Amino acid sequence: MRRKDESLKVVIITGRTLDQGRAIEGKKISEDLLNIAAICELCPEDMEKLRIKEGETVKLRTDYGENILIAKSSESIDTGIVFIPMGLWANRVISPNTGNIGMPSFKGVRGTLTAALGEKPSTPKEFIRKLLKLKQ
Amino acid sequence: MKSVNDVVCSFCGCLCDDIEVTIDNNQITKTKKACALGKARLLTVEDTERLRKPLIREQGKLIDTTLDQAIKNSAEILSNARLPLLYGWSTTSCEAQKIGLEIAEEIGGIFDNTTSVCHGPTTLAFHEVGMSTCTLGEVKNRADVVIYWGSNPLEAHPRHLSRYTYHSKGFFRKSSKERQLIVVDARETKTAKLATHFLKVKPNNDYELLSALRIAVKTGDLDHETVAGIPKERIIEIAELMKNAEYGALFFGLGLTMSRGKHRNIDAAICLTSDLNAHTKWIIMPMRGHYNVTGVNAVSAWITGFPFGIDFSRGYPRYNPGETTAVELLLREEVDAALIVASDPVSNFPIKAAEHLARIPMIAIDPHRTPTTEVADVVIPSAIVGIEVEGTAYRMDRVPLRLKKIVEPPAGCLPDEEILEKMLKAIKKS
Repeated sequence: MRRKDESLKVVIITGRTLDQGRAIEGKKISEDLLNIAAICELCPEDMEKLRIKEGETVKLRTDYGENILIAKSSESIDTGIVFIPMGLWANRVISPNTGNIGMPSFKGVRGTLTAALGEKPSTPKEFIRKLLKLKQ
Repeated sequence: MKSVNDVVCSFCGCLCDDIEVTIDNNQITKTKKACALGKARLLTVEDTERLRKPLIREQGKLIDTTLDQAIKNSAEILSNARLPLLYGWSTTSCEAQKIGLEIAEEIGGIFDNTTSVCHGPTTLAFHEVGMSTCTLGEVKNRADVVIYWGSNPLEAHPRHLSRYTYHSKGFFRKSSKERQLIVVDARETKTAKLATHFLKVKPNNDYELLSALRIAVKTGDLDHETVAGIPKERIIEIAELMKNAEYGALFFGLGLTMSRGKHRNIDAAICLTSDLNAHTKWIIMPMRGHYNVTGVNAVSAWITGFPFGIDFSRGYPRYNPGETTAVELLLREEVDAALIVASDPVSNFPIKAAEHLARIPMIAIDPHRTPTTEVADVVIPSAIVGIEVEGTAYRMDRVPLRLKKIVEPPAGCLPDEEILEKMLKAIKKS
């Protein structure tokens, strides 16, 4: 049985992927972007710890926000590290703290990862709708 | 059907200038030599998310309008603002960037480009300690040791290795057999898998590893058994390899600029190459992402003296990253209007900064629909530089190249330069 309270402390790295780069050209509000950028890559050992399979969803929480992401297994990452392609989803959890030099902390932010079975990542249109509500 | 050779790709800072394109009935049907990213840019010119008409927001919804009306509304928004932000500029021509600066000066706004969230820290380190650098041609012909630190060119600059570094056929180095490739990264990336030496650094420990390498280069020894997850012997081995290079080139990416230490990481990397120059020849170069982000730094610097984050609100250009850069201005809710050109900060900024951008009146000029155009109040469709309109761009090694026009833009999509000229004229009139 999966326990609800299973969680992992992780360090978040965000960055360019080939698929995300290709999607810059005219796919930025498409739902296709979900399988390209609403991704959380983690090592098989950490997938095991959370008892999740590839394609299932996880919740990533940091001091700056939280997000539902699709889990993807990656052999190139060490335990305790997750990788998220740059963009809408990554920027909900990274730190806006720039240390007064202009650059937010897009890499190296600490977070907590839990399984979030059945939950779905927000689509670009849902993000846009939320932002439009802020307009006076 | 016709073919055009030597097309300059306008995707990343490599500006590959050997692309062959087949055009049929004003449509690009085939590309040769372009990487996956370049191909995506060239072949998706006519996609479904292409903007074709100017839009303005009325009663919460974006509706079609005329270009004249969109320009008029834009001029009103910018002229009435107390402190407008003019942001983006890295995926357009130097000619358009120049007019952007004129608008910023005219309205007393802040002109910032995407440098502030990519290699801004590099620029700050460069101010502090300078930089020993060269053109990519020099690297191709001479470099026998190439380092990529916090950079994964196989996914972000796919032809960098084959055109300029490890796999390139240079005058003195004919192939990868005559070169060594060192990759330093927190992940075993696709580029790391190719490396002759891969150092998996602990996240946020780059400064420590750079410092350890500097010590090993200077003294040949280290006091600690491991630094940043790398054993002492391995660090000494890499330091010796660097000292024994005939021509070394260190390329670094956002893995250094965005991790803990930021500009101090770059400072340490530059100092490492300076130290190595006491033994042999080493250069260092940032891996610039957007195809003309180097250009906007050049244009801004020759006009104002500063490369990004330029504040005209006092009537003269002022530069103070942290105060005059886009993310902080939005987080502090200081700016009250925005003009976004060829960029998507709503996707790329931290959510809190994007939220303020959504709250204030915003004008977006872009060829495609993006989350930024979707929350803008005025949207003006533009022609794509390097495909539908010519212009100048700077490669990551600061070599300017002329981009070609190879097809006609969709009806009504003007070059950024022309749209901005109209906007400047309207602002001067108002």
